[in-house]
Amino acid sequence: MTLDYAGATAKYEPTLGLEVHVELNTKSKMFCSCATEFGAEPNTQTCPVCLGLPGALPVVNAKAIESSILIGLALNCSIAPYSRFARKNYFYPDMPKNFQTSQYDEPICVDGYLDVEIETDEGPQTFRVDIERVHMEEDTGKSLHVGGSTGRIHGAEYSLLDYNRAGIPLVEIVTRIVPGTGKYAPQVARAYVTELRDILRSLGVSDVKMEQGSLRCDANVSLAPIGSGKLGTRSETKNVNSLRSVERAVSGEIERQANRLEAGERIIQETRHFLEESGQTRPGRSKEQAEDYRYFPEPDLVPVTPDAKWIEELRTRIPEKPSVRRKRLQIEWNCPDKEMASLINAELLDVVEETIKLGAEPTRARTWWLGEISRLANEKEVAPTSLITAKDVAEIIALIVGGELTDKLARQVVEGVIAGEGSASVVIEKRGLKVVSDDSALMAAIDAAIAAQPDTADRVRGGNIPAAGALIGAVMKATGGAADAAKVRELLLKHLGQG
Amino acid sequence: MTNIHATAAQMADSLAKKEFSAVELTQAHLDRIAEVDGKVNAFLHVDSQGALSQAKSVDEKRAAGEKLSPLAGIPLALKDILAQEGVPTTAGSKILQGWRPPYDATVVAKLKAAGVVILGKTNMDEFAMGSSTENSAYGTTQNPWDLTRTPGGSSGGSAAAVAAFEAPLAIGTDTGGSIRQPAALTGIVGVKPTYGGVSRYGVVAYSSSLDQVGPFGRTVLDSALLHEAIAGHDERDSTSINAPVPQVVTAAKKLDVKGMKIGVIKELSGAGFQAGVSERINEALDLLVEAGAQIVEVSCPNFEYALAAYYLIAPSEASSNLARFDSMRYGLRVGDDGSKGAEEVMSITREAGFGKEVKRRIILGTYALSSGYYDAYYGSAQKVRTLVKQDFEKAFEKVDVLVSPVTPTTAFKIGEKSNDPVAMYLSDIATIPVNMAGIGGMSLPVGLAKEDGLPVGLQIMAPVMQDDRFYRVGGTLEAALLSKWGKPILSNAPELGGK
Repeated sequence: MTLDYAGATAKYEPTLGLEVHVELNTKSKMFCSCATEFGAEPNTQTCPVCLGLPGALPVVNAKAIESSILIGLALNCSIAPYSRFARKNYFYPDMPKNFQTSQYDEPICVDGYLDVEIETDEGPQTFRVDIERVHMEEDTGKSLHVGGSTGRIHGAEYSLLDYNRAGIPLVEIVTRIVPGTGKYAPQVARAYVTELRDILRSLGVSDVKMEQGSLRCDANVSLAPIGSGKLGTRSETKNVNSLRSVERAVSGEIERQANRLEAGERIIQETRHFLEESGQTRPGRSKEQAEDYRYFPEPDLVPVTPDAKWIEELRTRIPEKPSVRRKRLQIEWNCPDKEMASLINAELLDVVEETIKLGAEPTRARTWWLGEISRLANEKEVAPTSLITAKDVAEIIALIVGGELTDKLARQVVEGVIAGEGSASVVIEKRGLKVVSDDSALMAAIDAAIAAQPDTADRVRGGNIPAAGALIGAVMKATGGAADAAKVRELLLKHLGQG
Repeated sequence: MTNIHATAAQMADSLAKKEFSAVELTQAHLDRIAEVDGKVNAFLHVDSQGALSQAKSVDEKRAAGEKLSPLAGIPLALKDILAQEGVPTTAGSKILQGWRPPYDATVVAKLKAAGVVILGKTNMDEFAMGSSTENSAYGTTQNPWDLTRTPGGSSGGSAAAVAAFEAPLAIGTDTGGSIRQPAALTGIVGVKPTYGGVSRYGVVAYSSSLDQVGPFGRTVLDSALLHEAIAGHDERDSTSINAPVPQVVTAAKKLDVKGMKIGVIKELSGAGFQAGVSERINEALDLLVEAGAQIVEVSCPNFEYALAAYYLIAPSEASSNLARFDSMRYGLRVGDDGSKGAEEVMSITREAGFGKEVKRRIILGTYALSSGYYDAYYGSAQKVRTLVKQDFEKAFEKVDVLVSPVTPTTAFKIGEKSNDPVAMYLSDIATIPVNMAGIGGMSLPVGLAKEDGLPVGLQIMAPVMQDDRFYRVGGTLEAALLSKWGKPILSNAPELGGK
């Protein structure tokens, strides 16, 4: 009998551990001045240093140190007054020097924590995730294995190497084990990565795009029978490329491990790869026999010894915590929980805040972004923020409030902006989308409607006010929606002696 | 008329007075190389075209009245371990056969900017691992004093080129004595500057924490002129010292040691040193006393362990530094017949491309860094390094400079030690502590040993960034020796040409 998730967590206690790799958004690489732009032609952003040519030497990017310290401070870490780089030695074609320059036993930030809040059956609950370390390292190049069935190096006909990524600054954030999450382990994992991502974004140190690999998460999961007080053997799941995948990968691993244990099998310490389609993981490299990386201090670099005054200066630059900000905004906007959650999920918080800052009324700003704009974005399978700017939305809302646009007209303006016809004001101008408030133009349409439906007009004259609806509808239709319905009603009723 | 037997300073003077042109001077040296290098085998690559074109450009600038640096137009031999754009650079290894660097080492760039004429690349022990040039993949260099003997190494080609009047100046590198030992064995001046005094950028790395670039010359002043031309802080080398360059040219001209305290290292004298070597060293010390210096005996008890520690640290770093030679991006590729994977081709190439001594040190270093052995080997060696440093610090509290013989013996026969690595390693016993402590040292020829008529070198050592001190002592002693014998020591060497 196989255990489902509920069954698995009823019997076993999961323990989490998360390693997050963040590509910093510095202009140049970790140890040379090459550009770091994503998506450039292969091997165009390289130099003797990041290609590991004989004789080339690394120099640490000061901006990367600054970003690492900012991350450490935001995660409540101590900043080491003395830290060093080491060499991690192993052979792989995408690593130009055949060693990775990485911090090892002397990382730049240690001993921090991050509190994350999740919804539980008993309401919101906060979990503290302890951070063991934040350290700097360089990224490797990218291999593309051509031919063969697996897309992996074994069985490939040949491989292509792109060293543009080699030497991009990476920061690795490693948690201590996170016990006591019980069945909420997947949600805690997701909430942690989400909160971390939001913090990194608020610090401005990374693009944090999981789909582009600028934020990568490895999830360690182990299980032990509830109440045993033991720690099980862990697996490490890689290739987790979205927040949703973090949650799915952890729950999938919990189920898989529980069922292995149920079947009397042991858990193998290994790397596993998350499969996006199935939500399952497949085995990768075994870690039972630990690889010997022969770490030793990088002799080409001097120790990193940040000035205490500089660290304090950086501390003043740490922005408001995203979780704190979310609570503040919810109160300021008087936003219901559910809608707030939708905004957060859709990653619309920043743009809504900006729209409101530009003068838009909070409820309307939320409604437009979550409603019409999100709907169009879904159709096109893009992010809402890629369609239209906060400025355009704020302008449209201002016109609605001022009575110059109806909701229907406003939707057409939005469409025009998205179609690339220009900013909101340009679209309004080009398409002639202002509300028709000229009484004589409306009167002509009203006369036409009365002429077309004389019986209905008589009924209104006779006091049947609701019958006016049909006439108003006809006027609206005739004006292509460009009329203010309230105004039409007022004029019509007056004209028929009921005003 | 050009005179290849003149000093670099004299040549520079003649060039300034337009007694001959840089092209003529360069051609005279190219002719000398063509005449004698078949016997000496100092050069791996002679860049006649590049040299003549650089000389021509200097001549043109001089004709145009441009201000030139002191060494403009002076020919120089470059150790084949420094990257020179477009010129073959092999580090004496087959694995780099055919590699033409796309960039200049900082030292090469400085030489070019100073108008120095680079004649070509000189032979060396493969990756600077050796003390005789017998480990070169391209044949052994012969000692101009006796062609059956080695010139020492690893910078044996550079030293032999200067001693054989193929070049007035040369660049070498010194990791454990690789400049000072060949200078001693060929009767010329060689200097290992303070670690960090000269940029290592573009120097194919053997042992990053020990490697240092330095000058060879036939006189103390010539060496000082070259030293000043290549020294100084380099942003591309994190370990380069950001401080003013010691005033070595001024020091070399001072010719005064009155009141200076000179320490004789007890552990590097007497037993274990060839009698004729000790005799010449003692005579030199007498001359220094006559010149007003005071001789003090000092003890450096931890030097005993320096050699053993060196053969853990240097191979450890080398095992990692040499990992990049994997045939993927440059240099030799063997076994790539389309049927083998990258790892296999790497392995076959490294097997075919590295020589015996290089493999020995890679294996030694890999072992010393392995988990479980790291503390006992690499860790202990680092402790010894600290102790050696402290020995020097204590000694320099009492004296201004320290002295010892450079080598236990005069030049040994080709083949004499090539099958006994430990005997070979012992020839660096007096030079290694200097590298371990990161200080600077000079090898100064002080006469010929009675037993064999071969040159003897005195090592003069000074604290970090006090390189001017050994130039001061060396210059004074050189003048005293010249007045004692009436002619330079090198004039006793056999004339190789024309016979």
